[in-house]
Amino acid sequence: MKTKKIDLATLPKRSALQIDERFHMATPMRRLFNKVFPDHWSFLLGEIALYSFIVLLLTGTFLSLFFDPSMEEVMYNGVYTPLNGIEMSKAYESTLDISFEVRGGLIMRQMHHWAALLFMAAIVIHMLRVFFTGAFRKPREANWMIGFLLFWLGFMEGLFGYSIPDDGLSGTGLRVINAITQSIPVIGSWAGFALFGGEFPGTVIIPRFYILHVLIFPAIILGLIAAHMGLLVKQKHTQWPGPGRTNENVVGVRMFPGFAMKGGGFFMITFAVIAFMGGVFQINPIWLFGPYQASVISSASQPDWYVMFLDGIARLWPAWEIRVFDHTIPPIFWAAVILPGVIVHLGLLYPFLEARFMKDKAHHHLLQRPRDVPVRTGLGAMAVTFYMVLFLSGGNDVIAQHFDISLNAMTWAGRILLLLAPPAAYWITYRICLGLQQHDREVLAHGIETGIIKRAPDGRFYEVHQPLGPVDEHGHGLLEYEGAAIPKKMNKIGALGPAVKGFFIPRELPPPPPAKKELVDK
Amino acid sequence: MSSQDNNSTFDPEDPSLTRFDLVREGARRDGVEIVHYEPRFPVPGTKAEKRVERNIALWFLATGVGALVFVVAYIWWPWEYHAGSGRDKFYTPILGVGLGLALLGLGAAQIIWAKRLLPSEISVQDRHNEVDTTEQKLTGVTLLNMNDELGVTRRRPLLKGALAFGMLPLGAAAIVPLGGMIKDPHKGEPLMKTGFDAKEFNKGKPVRLVREDGTPVRPQDVSVGGQITAFPGVDHGTTNVHADSPTLLIHLRDDDAREARKNLANKAVNALTDANDPNSGGMWENFVAYSKICTHLGCPASLYEQQTNRLLCPCHQSQFQITDNAKPIFGPATRRLPMLPITVDEEGFFVAKSDYKVPVGAAFWERP
Repeated sequence: MKTKKIDLATLPKRSALQIDERFHMATPMRRLFNKVFPDHWSFLLGEIALYSFIVLLLTGTFLSLFFDPSMEEVMYNGVYTPLNGIEMSKAYESTLDISFEVRGGLIMRQMHHWAALLFMAAIVIHMLRVFFTGAFRKPREANWMIGFLLFWLGFMEGLFGYSIPDDGLSGTGLRVINAITQSIPVIGSWAGFALFGGEFPGTVIIPRFYILHVLIFPAIILGLIAAHMGLLVKQKHTQWPGPGRTNENVVGVRMFPGFAMKGGGFFMITFAVIAFMGGVFQINPIWLFGPYQASVISSASQPDWYVMFLDGIARLWPAWEIRVFDHTIPPIFWAAVILPGVIVHLGLLYPFLEARFMKDKAHHHLLQRPRDVPVRTGLGAMAVTFYMVLFLSGGNDVIAQHFDISLNAMTWAGRILLLLAPPAAYWITYRICLGLQQHDREVLAHGIETGIIKRAPDGRFYEVHQPLGPVDEHGHGLLEYEGAAIPKKMNKIGALGPAVKGFFIPRELPPPPPAKKELVDK
Repeated sequence: MSSQDNNSTFDPEDPSLTRFDLVREGARRDGVEIVHYEPRFPVPGTKAEKRVERNIALWFLATGVGALVFVVAYIWWPWEYHAGSGRDKFYTPILGVGLGLALLGLGAAQIIWAKRLLPSEISVQDRHNEVDTTEQKLTGVTLLNMNDELGVTRRRPLLKGALAFGMLPLGAAAIVPLGGMIKDPHKGEPLMKTGFDAKEFNKGKPVRLVREDGTPVRPQDVSVGGQITAFPGVDHGTTNVHADSPTLLIHLRDDDAREARKNLANKAVNALTDANDPNSGGMWENFVAYSKICTHLGCPASLYEQQTNRLLCPCHQSQFQITDNAKPIFGPATRRLPMLPITVDEEGFFVAKSDYKVPVGAAFWERP
């Protein structure tokens, strides 16, 4: 019998033809492959969030094979002997089993947790990049809003995930969630009872949080990520101003092959870091916290880092209870419901607020350096400072203990700094921005300081400056201030020649240094 | 645009065209101009190029080694947990290092390949910012403005009304099933009660204070200046079913007890009902019992400072003065910790004279 040999070399080509005959994919595929991505390290931050999310889906799926989100009380009888004979919920027991009795379960749990922390961190840093460079401006307001919502959805998703193992810390977190829900005027206790299916803790909150954690929120996040990426493809990347880069074009490399390959590599490296951390660095050792008991707590009880600012405001907010018509508005309502609500809306609407304030209706595809928009940069610094005071206050007991400071002093310092530090940060940032601008203008006008001191025939000493472009009759540079990065050291314009490549031995001979004559005398 | 003409004259079968010519033409049709595309190593096979290739190969090798470590360790390394130190403690770290190395190798190889072997490229893509108003108009009248055909607003007002009548209840029908979650918080007023409510949980008999293991507490069980966590001696009293009931039972020193008793008058519900009977208020002898559930957000307020008689909640650092009806003296809590009125029954065990007289835990709207 004659066997027909498959021609592997032409297989991709032939199958591509077959596919295109049926689906007419050639043009849209090529358009996607030819999409140009500008190159800058700060554009990778959002990618870290995306890749962490993929790791979350993978590890989360593994965990869901073994986790039992039930609040039924059982007696533990497993290999972790310190907890033997102790009553706990099935949720906590199955989390112990994942950690001790499922092969490779612990690394999956720890990778899941580290990936979640990284996901949130990458979102925050990415958001700061977008904010401080003005990438959110028209036409990208919608994508800013989606990204901002992704932070809060990730926040909730993380909170659910932190809550469902039903350990000592997460149960306390649930109790705080219950107290915050009940603090809402008029409907508070009804909302709390609806959420917990009765009085805290009840028996339904963990199954409910579980379905929110593994189905509803991931689905919403996935949908919003898809929309986020779709808008990015549709609207194309912003880019930094620079030679050849205008508001009308994108300069960079095409998606295929260059960007796709680098992106794939970056995914793998993100994954590698998470895998390494999940294996080597312990996170959330729930067996040390014990099962949730309403009467047990320890000091240094902190939530995950992205929730700490909320813990901080709960610590700092003064004990101002309001009584109206024999009813109570607890102070936590202002701290944990109203304040986050204000933050969400301010952040969500910021692109529109800024456009309105600046009377700016133009399309913007070129990024701005933070120094060129001092007001926005100052506002951002203000927000970051506000957040940092709350974040640190969320761990003020740990700080007080390690640095031997009075706990009450920490609380008062937090309260005072929360009011004083943000305006101070605004003012300082504003001045720094103006200073940096001024220095840029000075270099444009007078050139780069070369470090070469000359003595004129009349005895005067002066430093030789290297102009960046053509100069007028007074020796002042003619280049306009464009908001692009300006070289400020001679080696940035190649005066010193490139660094020698190679780790142990030079990989290639360094080019000869430029002749001195090339430096233009002032 | 001239691309139409170019498209018609461009012959993809022209044998003189190189592969790159085709790539460039494809890109051009997508509004992308490849302005710079040069191989990293114009002369193939140089030592420098070989070095890059070896570098990449090494990283792929690392991937293989790391993945092998992961797989072999996953299957054969002793993973089952044993107390104390042992080889099983290295199971997770080995998996992490193996998997990390494998993925790092794959990532590094790809990035080095892209950066050092793929031709260096600068492409410029047109953004097409301009808006085609004709297109907008054509789409608008056909898709969005169908009033001529549907005529809902002018010619057929009946349909408009009927549609609204049909859709509004349907919208409501989509939401009301969530009503299944609603539970009346005032049915039996569980927020106002704890496990020390004798009528509801103990057939009217005063509820004993018990330890976590369920054993009742005698006065001599708590040393002077000491404290224990007590629970209601009812069914599931020590479990989370009665999460609002944990109580801190404190044995005050004589001086402190005197002060605490004097201060009972500051809080009406704790005060002595009979001026001649020192045990007629919330205290019994030198003992006080306060709810352990913080009035701020419900954490257990459990750090007791003996010297100052302050109780600190470790979650948000509210501090309560035990000798003055657990008055909040620092931090975010607004309200005192409720006092559990206690006495000793005929067998010498602590019992609650009644349930807490004010709701325990975090505040809420209906809280009096």
